[in-house]
Amino acid sequence: MKTTPSKKLRRPTNGLASQSESDGSRWNLRLYVAGQTPRSLTAFKNLKQICEEYLKGQYYIEVIDLMENPTLARGDQILAIPTLVRKLPQPIRKIIGDLSNTERVLVGLDIQPRSN
Amino acid sequence: MIRPNRRNSSRPLNGLQKEPTGIPGFDEITYGGLPAGRPTLVCGGAGAGKTLFAMEFLVRGATLYGEPGVFMSFEESNEELATNVASLGFDLNQLEADKKLVLEYVFIERSEIEETGEYDLEALFLRLGHAIDSIGAKRIVLDTLEALFAALPNEAIIRAELRRLFRWLKDKGVTALITCERGDKRLTRYGLEEYVADCVILLDNRVENQISTRRMRIVKYRGTSHGTNEYPFLIDDKGFSVVPITSLGLAHKAPTEHISSGIPRLDTMLDGKGFYRGSSVLVSGTAGTGKSTIGAHFIDAACARGERALFFAFEESQDQIIRNMRSIGIDLEKFIKKGLLKFQNARPSTWGLEVHLAMIHKAISEFSPSVVVVDPITNFLSVGDPIETKSMLTRLIDFLKSQQVTAMFTSLTSGRHELEDSDVEVSSLMDAWLLVKNIEHNGERNRGLYILKARGIAHSNQVREFLLTDGGIQLVDAYVGAEGVLMGSARSSQVAREKATEVDRKLVMERKQRELRHKQELYEAQLVALKGQYETERDAILRELEEENQPQQVRAEQRLEIARLRQADNGEVEMKDNGSTKTQKGTMR
Repeated sequence: MKTTPSKKLRRPTNGLASQSESDGSRWNLRLYVAGQTPRSLTAFKNLKQICEEYLKGQYYIEVIDLMENPTLARGDQILAIPTLVRKLPQPIRKIIGDLSNTERVLVGLDIQPRSN
Repeated sequence: MIRPNRRNSSRPLNGLQKEPTGIPGFDEITYGGLPAGRPTLVCGGAGAGKTLFAMEFLVRGATLYGEPGVFMSFEESNEELATNVASLGFDLNQLEADKKLVLEYVFIERSEIEETGEYDLEALFLRLGHAIDSIGAKRIVLDTLEALFAALPNEAIIRAELRRLFRWLKDKGVTALITCERGDKRLTRYGLEEYVADCVILLDNRVENQISTRRMRIVKYRGTSHGTNEYPFLIDDKGFSVVPITSLGLAHKAPTEHISSGIPRLDTMLDGKGFYRGSSVLVSGTAGTGKSTIGAHFIDAACARGERALFFAFEESQDQIIRNMRSIGIDLEKFIKKGLLKFQNARPSTWGLEVHLAMIHKAISEFSPSVVVVDPITNFLSVGDPIETKSMLTRLIDFLKSQQVTAMFTSLTSGRHELEDSDVEVSSLMDAWLLVKNIEHNGERNRGLYILKARGIAHSNQVREFLLTDGGIQLVDAYVGAEGVLMGSARSSQVAREKATEVDRKLVMERKQRELRHKQELYEAQLVALKGQYETERDAILRELEEENQPQQVRAEQRLEIARLRQADNGEVEMKDNGSTKTQKGTMR
């Protein structure tokens, strides 16, 4: 499971924990998955790539496996798997899918303005 | 995630198992409820009552049948839902606290969502599965699943996921209710009926003549028979109720017990017994003929026997009826206080026909009266056309008969029609028909009543006059004079006239008797006088006779003396004595 696959992935934390991540927590992202499906793995891989490329040093990814914690889906109103939730900066944005379309992910995260 | 399907596996080959909804009427038209362990589609337009139907299915399941439920809402938040159904007496928060209900609000905001690449709705499944497992739910509701189509851009994925969802629900063995919006040409906007093929219920709220009527139809119910008509239904302070009374037939029992009409002399006209219990009685007549009063008498008698009665008034308020009936000595108020009598007053135009029927049906089911008065049925014509009205009344009568409720319907006959032609044309449905009419004659109107028909009762064929008195309706003696049936002042003047003639006749008789007596006395007196006269005359005659006799004797003596003196032959003398006087005389001379 990918809840702690790299140093950038943490368990859900409280405010203190994200503060201790220094200014690297400006982008607080949460990826909801359900089990270790190929699609989830793809989504995580894509997300990591995008973050490394565009948000290096300022992001914080939290992976939540709903198979283990189905109740957590309620909080962020998750329906689709995988779903990426931008908790910070506000407002909350949701990106569903395996994040294979980088451009749309960047638009969805407001890293890049909508081109069309 | 997938539980062994206990219900499906344990089901023997005795047809489809059904899950009662607990919604009055619905379980009757579906012969048991929704298909157990299968999804059912409830479709209808905005405001058709889908959410309420679904919610009541869950709440009744939890409270009546001990089956916990999950309500997954895509439209209303838990708080909104709880508030909305609180007016129906459903305490969702309490049910949640008792672990009988889980409200799962799924909120999706299209503008918040960006779609990149492939995804599925596994999170929805997980949430639903978790909710079901947390309380062991047997019933679930998805309201309105189609919100997914608006929220998620990829329709192909949604369709694939819905197909999976329904199969998953079946595998879980939960009885699911899925609500969806009605589409223009299809049952549902997104064609969900393709996925849910077991049972489809259509809710409808039509407006005709500015009056809305809710109707329900079972479009499809695989593997079982069901009522196929449109059934009216109600949503009121006690929730949903369907009126299943289109499904009744002519199988009702016919009791032989009689029930008084409340007017003793009317009972006499009905073979001395009154109407049959459970029969339908029509009282028709023109305005102001006392139809409602006959109804009030009927109710009064029923309540006095301790039976329950329901008065459906479509023209007057409860207070007005009580006041008016008190003026003729019928006190209905005391029965209301005793809880034996209930009024249901409504203007016909308040609701559509079907709703009226549903309200009547509901009121009767709740109050279970033995006697019902509907006053008047003709007012329904202002809401529906005659055919609809007749159909509605037919169903009402069928229902009343099935409940063995004796019903009296009043019908206002307008001047345009024949009196025998009841305006609603329901007379053929009625067991007894009283006709009251104003008989205008001699410058006055009088009330006449007659029994046009009374099935199975030998009844009088007389037209009877009746009066509204302080003591209620009084049937007056039928006065049949030489000029036919007389009524009102004509009757009383005729009676007076006859009385006068009678007096005259008596006087004449007395006089004649007196005369006879006089005559007798006269004759008797005359008889006495005559007798006196006779005696006088007789005496005189006798005296005369005596006088006459005396000289003769004297002469005979003298003759004898002479003979003696002459010393005549004795024989001669004897001979002369035995012979005629003439000879004697002649000889003597």
